[in-house]
Amino acid sequence: MENTMDIVENPFSKANNNKGKEIKEKAVVGITQIAVLLIIAILFVILGIIIYQGRAKFSWEFISSFPTEGMTKGGIFPALIGTFILVIVMSIAAVPFGTITAIYLTEYAHEKSKFAAAVRFSIRTLAVVPSIIFGLFGLGFFIQFVGSGMDTAFNGGELHWGQPNILWASLTMALLTLPVIIVSVEEALKTIPRELREASLALGATKWQTIKQVVFPGSISGIMTGTILAVSRGAGEVAPILFTGAAYYLATLPGSLSDQFMNLGYHVYIMSTQSSDVEKTMPIQFATTLVLLILTLSLNLVAVIIRSRIRRKAK
Amino acid sequence: MRDIKIQVNDLSLYYGEKKALKEISMQIPANKVTALIGPSGCGKSTFLRCINRMNDLIPSVKITGEMLVEGIDIYDKNVDVVNIRKKIGMVFQKSNPFPKSIYENVAYGPRINGLKDKTQLDEIVETSLRQAAIWDEFKDRLDDSALGLSGGQQQRLCIARTLAVSPDIILMDEPASALDPISTSKIEELVHQLKENYTIIIVTHNMQQAARTSDHTAFFYMGELIEMGKTNTIFTKPEKKQTEDYITGRFG
Repeated sequence: MENTMDIVENPFSKANNNKGKEIKEKAVVGITQIAVLLIIAILFVILGIIIYQGRAKFSWEFISSFPTEGMTKGGIFPALIGTFILVIVMSIAAVPFGTITAIYLTEYAHEKSKFAAAVRFSIRTLAVVPSIIFGLFGLGFFIQFVGSGMDTAFNGGELHWGQPNILWASLTMALLTLPVIIVSVEEALKTIPRELREASLALGATKWQTIKQVVFPGSISGIMTGTILAVSRGAGEVAPILFTGAAYYLATLPGSLSDQFMNLGYHVYIMSTQSSDVEKTMPIQFATTLVLLILTLSLNLVAVIIRSRIRRKAK
Repeated sequence: MRDIKIQVNDLSLYYGEKKALKEISMQIPANKVTALIGPSGCGKSTFLRCINRMNDLIPSVKITGEMLVEGIDIYDKNVDVVNIRKKIGMVFQKSNPFPKSIYENVAYGPRINGLKDKTQLDEIVETSLRQAAIWDEFKDRLDDSALGLSGGQQQRLCIARTLAVSPDIILMDEPASALDPISTSKIEELVHQLKENYTIIIVTHNMQQAARTSDHTAFFYMGELIEMGKTNTIFTKPEKKQTEDYITGRFG
């Protein structure tokens, strides 16, 4: 009697499994795990090298002083300030423009509008254009066309606006970051429930009043996220400002929008390619990279925190 | 004919190709409660949203026929939809207070109409909350967020918010369907009090609610108005077989 159980084959037994299947399953899991570990390892190696090599030079003095002795010694103060000015002017141009576009797309554009579809397509395309193309566009459009045009019209042909400066670099950078801002603001506007818009409209509010009083206050954090992401992208990009405003070395800080400026990313680039003594400037390069990294990482962190708050609120 | 508030003539509504309302004609009396009943998808909510032109928000909707409010066709080209909605308030199925304070919710309508005077605003807020029978509950916490209130309180706040723009007509789209029985009875009581000064049109799924609160009842089925009459008559001696079947619970 007690043996009858043994005779019945256990349908759940491991022995029933096809051996090949089991091996394949294990292999797939293994490959995915290796890929993930590799990514993490690469990140740690990069961060590790930068922190390790940059920490010696990284100090308050490094951040707050001018480069000296043909940029083989001293700090990066003008490059840091230049980066700040760049992203501020860029934000002043790009945030209102991007926000207004996003409001049009989510609030006013007809659902099946061909025009809105074309705008969305343009934004997506803009987002994947290589940044050096923006740089060339900035040179051709802002400097040679708009700037030179302004000089001819207002300065009697004397060169003033028709050359690289903060304004043209910032506007070029604004074009680059516009898609980021538009998409973030759109996403934020969409989290405002239809019921709230209807409540406002049913009380006799116009569409604009509804946007101003209900939709906009609810999406402020989304606009902030977009701005921060754009700023962090702009702070790290070099290609767009290569021809449009970044300077190799300046003895003074820029005083107006028509001045050139120094920039962190560009500083690393010239230090490693144009320096009179690349070996000697190595610690400066690493420390500058470290500053840039801290700047963009902390901005991204803030954006992630705000975004996760919006998501939680939307639920 | 002074006691007819809304006269509907051959009103049809299309969602794209689909005809969702079929030649609706009816008269809605002033200062009475009219209930719109019928199974899900029969068009009663769609019809309600025609009365304050909320369907304008849906791009594919096309409307034909006339909707005369006090003799004026609200779908006429010269009519401003914003003015229509000030005159015809709406309370939604899901309570939808703004994420603002209780005070700001009620003051929202008057404010967007340009009222800035604090004393006047205070007055309107108080009157509206009193009319909605929630003044005593809320008077000491006007600055609290409306989102912290219970569902029933939120819905009554939404009614107060609607009253604050002093409409003539109030549309209610299943205002109590998400509420517990006590909150529901409070809303029904409120509807009863409000009909003295307002014309109320209420969509409801709840047959008892229609019977309790309304003076007239209209039965919708598959986009058509099957029958309309005194609530008493509709519930006891309906003329049409479909109405009787629905009311007695044989379908829907």
